Amino acid sequence: MNLTLKIWRQPHATAEGAMHTYAVGDISEDMSFLEMLDVLNEQLLGQDEEPIAFDHDCREGICGSCNLMIDGQAHGPEVTTSCQLHMRSFKDGDEITVEPWRSDAFPVIKDLMVDRSAFDRIIQAGGYISANTGSAPEANSVPVPRDQATRAFNMATCIGCGACVAACPNGSASLFMGAKITQLGLLPQGQPERDSRVVGMVGQHDHEGFGGCTNIGECTAACPKEIPLDVISQLNKDLRTAIRNGH
Amino acid sequence: MATTKSKGADISTPPKAQTSDDAHGYYDPASAPLIDAKEPTGPIAERWTQRKMDNRLVNPANRRKLDIIIVGTGLAGGAAAATLGEAGYNVKSFCYQDSPRRAHSIAAQGGINASKNYKEDGDSTYRLFYDTVKGGDYRSRESNVYRLAEVSTNIIDQCVAQGVPFAREYGGLLDNRSFGGVQVSRTFYARGQTGQQLLLGAYSALERQVAAGTVSTYTRHEMLELVMVDGKARGIIARDMVTGEIETHLADVVVLASGGYGNVFYLSTNAMGCNVTATWRAHRKGALMANPCYTQIHPTCIPVSGEHQSKLTLMSESLRNDGRIWVPKSQEDCDKDPRDIPEEDRDYYLERIYPAFGNLVPRDIASRQAKNMCDEGRGVGPMVGDFRRGVYLDFADAIARLGKDGIQEKYDNLFDMYERITGEDPYEVPMRIYPAVHYVMGGLWVDYNLQSNIEGLFVTGEANFSDHGANRLGASALMQGLADGYFVLPNTIRDYLADAPFDKIDESHPAVVQARASVEERINTFLSIKGTRSADSYHKELGHIMWEFCGMERSEPGLRKAIDMIRELKREFWSNLKVLGTADSLNQSLEKAGRVADFIELGELMCIDALNRRESCGGHFRAESQTDEGEALRHDDEFAYVAAWEFGGEDGQPTLHKEELTYTAIEMKQRSYK
Repeated sequence: MNLTLKIWRQPHATAEGAMHTYAVGDISEDMSFLEMLDVLNEQLLGQDEEPIAFDHDCREGICGSCNLMIDGQAHGPEVTTSCQLHMRSFKDGDEITVEPWRSDAFPVIKDLMVDRSAFDRIIQAGGYISANTGSAPEANSVPVPRDQATRAFNMATCIGCGACVAACPNGSASLFMGAKITQLGLLPQGQPERDSRVVGMVGQHDHEGFGGCTNIGECTAACPKEIPLDVISQLNKDLRTAIRNGH
Repeated sequence: MATTKSKGADISTPPKAQTSDDAHGYYDPASAPLIDAKEPTGPIAERWTQRKMDNRLVNPANRRKLDIIIVGTGLAGGAAAATLGEAGYNVKSFCYQDSPRRAHSIAAQGGINASKNYKEDGDSTYRLFYDTVKGGDYRSRESNVYRLAEVSTNIIDQCVAQGVPFAREYGGLLDNRSFGGVQVSRTFYARGQTGQQLLLGAYSALERQVAAGTVSTYTRHEMLELVMVDGKARGIIARDMVTGEIETHLADVVVLASGGYGNVFYLSTNAMGCNVTATWRAHRKGALMANPCYTQIHPTCIPVSGEHQSKLTLMSESLRNDGRIWVPKSQEDCDKDPRDIPEEDRDYYLERIYPAFGNLVPRDIASRQAKNMCDEGRGVGPMVGDFRRGVYLDFADAIARLGKDGIQEKYDNLFDMYERITGEDPYEVPMRIYPAVHYVMGGLWVDYNLQSNIEGLFVTGEANFSDHGANRLGASALMQGLADGYFVLPNTIRDYLADAPFDKIDESHPAVVQARASVEERINTFLSIKGTRSADSYHKELGHIMWEFCGMERSEPGLRKAIDMIRELKREFWSNLKVLGTADSLNQSLEKAGRVADFIELGELMCIDALNRRESCGGHFRAESQTDEGEALRHDDEFAYVAAWEFGGEDGQPTLHKEELTYTAIEMKQRSYK
C-alpha cells in the first residue's frame, strides 16, 4: 500500500518542531508500524535527510519503550503497543499523523522521543517493598489467596509506556500510580509501607507536573495492558486512609 | 595451571589432546598452559560455602568510599546494583534504554527454575545441578552450576518478599509447572510474563537505592570503551545518547551485565538495541571471549514474513505439548491451504523420527529438523528469498480432544499474539512456526568468582559464559541472572574490593585520555566515511551470513566461506558506511554504526570458534560430527574444554586458550531422545 505520513520533527528539546509530510510506498500489511517507519528511515537516508528518531526496543509489546501518538490516539487504533500495531489496520491511500506523547511531564527530546524519567522518580518515591537481599523469609511462609495474587499480577503487567498520560486531557499519571499501589496493596508484604507509599508517590507525581484525575477514563481505554480504571479509586482510598493515619 | 581437582570424588582421566585442527591458520594456539578458573576444592556441595567463608570482607564504613560501575540493568545488572547499593557501596548503573525497567530480561516468558521441591517430586539441589549440566551437554563448569542450583531457592524467597506476583494455588502457596526436558516441576512463573515481573522486582529495589543515595542511574548511556590502568579495569567511557557527550566514569571495579549478542544474526528474539559492544570492547582490551559459537535457537517462533522484518517473536514452547508439527510430504502441496491437505499427505516428521519424544524433543533437535524440512523444499508460508521458511504447528487434534474452550484456557494469550502478528486465526488455520536465535551461551570468560581474566572486571548474566555449557535449559536464564546479581557477585566482588584503597587516578591519566580519544576518533570515522549504505543494511547482510553458515548447522567449507564473506563485509563497511547527523546530538544511526562494527568482528570470531570445534554439542551442530542416524556426536576426548579466545589485534589472529572441564560429581554421557 501507499501512504502519506505526517510526522512531528523536532531537532532537539528546545528547538521549534513542525509536522513534515512524507510519502511511503510498497508497504505490506504484514509489516508492523515500526517496520514501516524503518522503511521510511532507509528512504530518508538515501535522500540525505536525517532519519526520524523514535523509541523502540523489544518490539514485542513488553518493554514499554515505543510510544507513538498515531492519528491522535496513544499507540493508534488497536488496544496494543505501537510496535505490535500492524499495517493491516490501515488501508492504501491513508494519511496517518504521527506525534510524540504530549505532556508537560514528558518533554520532547527529539522528533518522536520524549523523556519519561518522571516515572522512575515516582517509583523512587515509594513504588517498592523494602526487602534487602538476603533478608527474605521462606517464600511459602506467607500464603497469598489466589484471587488476590491474580489481581496483583494483572495490575503488575503495566509496562510504564506512558500511554495513560498521553491520552489523559489532564496529563495525569494516576493509572500508572494506581496500578503499582493496587498491586503492592494486595500483597501481605506490601502492608508495612502502604501509607508512606501512596503519599510519597502522589507527592512526586504532582511535583513532576502531571495533572489531577477527573475520572475521564481515556487512560484505561488507551492502556495496551488494559489496566482497569478502578485502580485509581484504590489509589484515592489508600491516600485517604494514609492521611487519616496522620501521613 | 590445570583446573584444581576435587579431593572429594574420583577424577576421570583428563581429555587427550585435540587431534583435529580445522581452524588451522585462523588462530594461534596459546603457549601458556590451561587457564585457572580458581574453583574451590573439596566436595561439590561445600565449595560455595567455603568460598564465601574464605572471601575477605569490607568494613561497612569503607564501602561508601568504593565506587562500582555496573553496565546493564537487566536481571543480572539490576539485582547487583540494588544489592551492592544496599550493602553501602557507591554504585553507578548504566543502561542504553530510557529506564532500567526496560532491559531485555523483561521479555522472558516461561519461568524461573528453583529446586524448592514444593511438589515433593524428588527435586533437590543435586538434581537441578545434574539436569543443567546434562542439558548443557557437558560443556559447563560444574562448580558454577552447582552453586547456581544451590542459590536458586534463595531467589524465590527474595522475589516473593519484593512483591513479585508469582502464580499461586488456591491454598495461597506458590504454584510450579514443568518445563522442557526435565522430570520434576520446579518452574515458578507469573503467567507468560515471568521475566517482566522479576525485572520489575529488581528495578524497584534498584530505584529504592537511588532514593537512598547509594545508586546513581545513567539512562540513555552507552558504554563505548573500557578504561584500563596498570592492567586493571578502572572505568568506562560512555556516550550520553541524548547530548552526544563523551563521558569518563572512573571506579574501583567494573561489572559488565550487558546481556547476550544474539543480534549478531540480525533477526533474533532479542530487543533491537541488544548489542555486544560493552563486552566486545572489553574483549579488545584483553578479556577472553569464551565459546562464542554456542548459540541457542528456539524452535517455536513466528516465521519471517518478508525482507522488511526487523525482529522475531518467540512463542512459549509449551505450545508443543498440544500442537503437532508437520510439513506436506510433497513439495507441490506447500502452497495449498493446509486444511485441504489430507492426513496421508502430511509428514509429522518429529513423531516419525523420534517416536519416544515426538514433538517434545529438546529445542536444538526440533529446530534443526525444521530447517532440514525447509531445506528439502517442504517449508510452508510465504516465499522469503527463494524458499519457504515455516512448518505447521497444528492444534486441530487438540481442539477436537479438549474443545476450543480447553485450548483457549491454556494458550489464549499466545493465540491472540499470533493472530495480531500474522493476521491468521490459529483456531482455524494451523500456526506456522520457524526457529529463531534466542540466547547465547557463550560470553566473556569468567573464573569461579565471576571475574574475567582482567583484574577488576566482573561479568554476570548472559554476558558471561559459565553456567549453561553448550545449551541452556528453559527457565534457567532468569535463574542465572538473578543468582549472579543477588547472591554470587556481591559475595565475590568483596574479596577483590578488600584490597582497597586502589591507586588514585583521575581523568588526566594517560590511559584514560587515550581511551577517551579512541572513542572520539572512532565516532568521527563513522561520520566521515560518507559512503552510500546504512549500518542497518550491513547488519542485515551479516545476519544472513551468520544464519546461513553459523546457524543451526555448521560445516567446515561453510564456515571458511563465511569467514571470507565477513572479512569482505568488514572492509566494505569501513569504506562505504553512511551515517548522517552529528556526533553531538541524539543520533540513532551513529549508535547503530558502532554496534554493527562490533558485531562484524564478533561474527568472524564465532565462525572461527565453530570451525575449531569439530564436534556437535548442544546448540553447536557440526555436519562433520553426527551419528549414522544424523544425531549430534560429541567428542569428549578432544573437546571437553572451554575455548577462551584472546583478541589478536586489528589484523592479527586470535589466540586460543583452553580451560579443561573436569567432572567429579557427574558422569559424562551422550544424549539420546529416540
